[in-house]
Amino acid sequence: MKGNEALAEAAIRAGCKCFFGYPITPQTEVAAYLAKKLPKTGGQFVQAESEVAAINMVYGASAAGVRCMTSSSSPGISLKTEGISYLCGADLPCVIINVQRGGPGLGGIQPSQADYFQATRALGHGDSRVIVYAPNSVQEMVNVVNNAFNLADEYRMPAMILADGLLGQMMEPVEFPETETAEVKKPWATNGHGGSREHNIVNSLYLKPDVLEKSILERDKRYKDIEAKHTTAESFLCDDAELVIVAYGATARVCKSAVNASRAKGIKAGLFRPVTLWPYPKKELVAASSNAKTLLTVEMSTGQMIEDVKLAIECKKPVEFYGRTGGIIPTPAEVLAQIEKITKTLDMEGV
Amino acid sequence: MTYIIIGHYGSGKTNFACNLALKLSQEGSTAIADLDIVNPYFRTADQSEILEAAGVKLVVSKFFTSTLDIPSLTFDLGSAAAEYDNLIIDVGGDDEGAKTLGRYREALSDKPVTVLYVVNFRRYLSKTASDAAEILREIEAASGFRADVIVNNTNLAEETTAETIKDSEKECQKLSKLTGIKEIITVIPEMIDYSSDNRFTVKIIVKKPWN
Repeated sequence: MKGNEALAEAAIRAGCKCFFGYPITPQTEVAAYLAKKLPKTGGQFVQAESEVAAINMVYGASAAGVRCMTSSSSPGISLKTEGISYLCGADLPCVIINVQRGGPGLGGIQPSQADYFQATRALGHGDSRVIVYAPNSVQEMVNVVNNAFNLADEYRMPAMILADGLLGQMMEPVEFPETETAEVKKPWATNGHGGSREHNIVNSLYLKPDVLEKSILERDKRYKDIEAKHTTAESFLCDDAELVIVAYGATARVCKSAVNASRAKGIKAGLFRPVTLWPYPKKELVAASSNAKTLLTVEMSTGQMIEDVKLAIECKKPVEFYGRTGGIIPTPAEVLAQIEKITKTLDMEGV
Repeated sequence: MTYIIIGHYGSGKTNFACNLALKLSQEGSTAIADLDIVNPYFRTADQSEILEAAGVKLVVSKFFTSTLDIPSLTFDLGSAAAEYDNLIIDVGGDDEGAKTLGRYREALSDKPVTVLYVVNFRRYLSKTASDAAEILREIEAASGFRADVIVNNTNLAEETTAETIKDSEKECQKLSKLTGIKEIITVIPEMIDYSSDNRFTVKIIVKKPWN
């Protein structure tokens, strides 16, 4: 399947009943697929008049206790951020897909990973967090959609799938696993009290500082719980690696080829790939890089995730960076050249 | 001859079109036109190096990869058809992509045209002959062209085996019955050992960046 279609089909299978979106390259097939298929499963598809409208429709559907999703690409996500902050403030679950393209501004329509800061730090104002998954294959996109819906419901917060144009557009075989859709009770939902309970109110406005602080601290506890329990990462040939590459998404596929090529030349390189970007798999990275002399972060940006890498290892080891941007995907040969350059310097220094 | 390649998006039209161009270029002057204005990823126009090395003329929008890489068709397919022995037209996916073709009906009427419908029975939305027939009907209605040949391009990317192709032949026969299209071409990637009537061996030209 095409990556974007796989995201859409996985959402249907995860019990998504409402989709609100607005077309933008390179994620349009997500909406096109759902427009055809979601109504056949008893769901609702609405092409909104704008990204801002779509995210606010998500707010409404989520408040009513319905599993819902929106999807866009970089500039469209920027438009949605106000609504995402409101969703966080009102403790509403939903899934947001970002099939990243170039930026800033209108940027380009080719793949990019330059929304890392936005996804992990700035999807909205206030003390707010969003769970962020960064799959690296069409199959993994399928797998994380269900996880995203389940965790979003469990912790009452938005979850994002951070893909990129390449993953969204490419074709790969997929299997749909028998998924367990967690049945989460939503006693807070504004879905009609039936005369048997008090009115539920979904809101993010708290004018009394002490009440607002209490709500923020309660939410922060949930954030800390997620950080403790729900990090995911993959380590590839890291055990004896002197150089550990850190990369996510499509870039990690390129880096894996480069690691294999360097191993063939006798260079001890490994790959660490975070699957969750928030929460960041810090302890997993520390473990994976325990024998490394140096780390190399590779991104389709000018260097964003590198900050989390440095924070995770508390700057105890040097972290180098290699990136391409503007829609250019680094090649395995380019990454291999970086690996060779760094390991040569290490040998010269005799570290 | 003008060859028009239509099909579901992601069915492998571009890889087939490029292979056909490379083959035909050994027999006569050949041009390939990229009509995919729906989706700017994995297009024929991205394969310019390998095509031009074989002497295939690439006809693309003059705005290709410029700041104005927008849905636009700035070329004259009628004169391209007249100028070259073979013209291959790689059309965008589905009925949305095929709409652009309609505007060239008149311009392409001077020379014989073969319309090839590319289908991958392992695609989620075209798993059965009736799904594939419905997609074809939508494309034909949008473009105003009728398909003459079914190109069975059933594959699972790198996981394709001889079995993958063998399994698809029955469904392809059904599609042939449903649509009344008698001519079938079976696409076989060069590394796969499988013999079939009307086989067309292809190189995998459209690749992922890590391969």
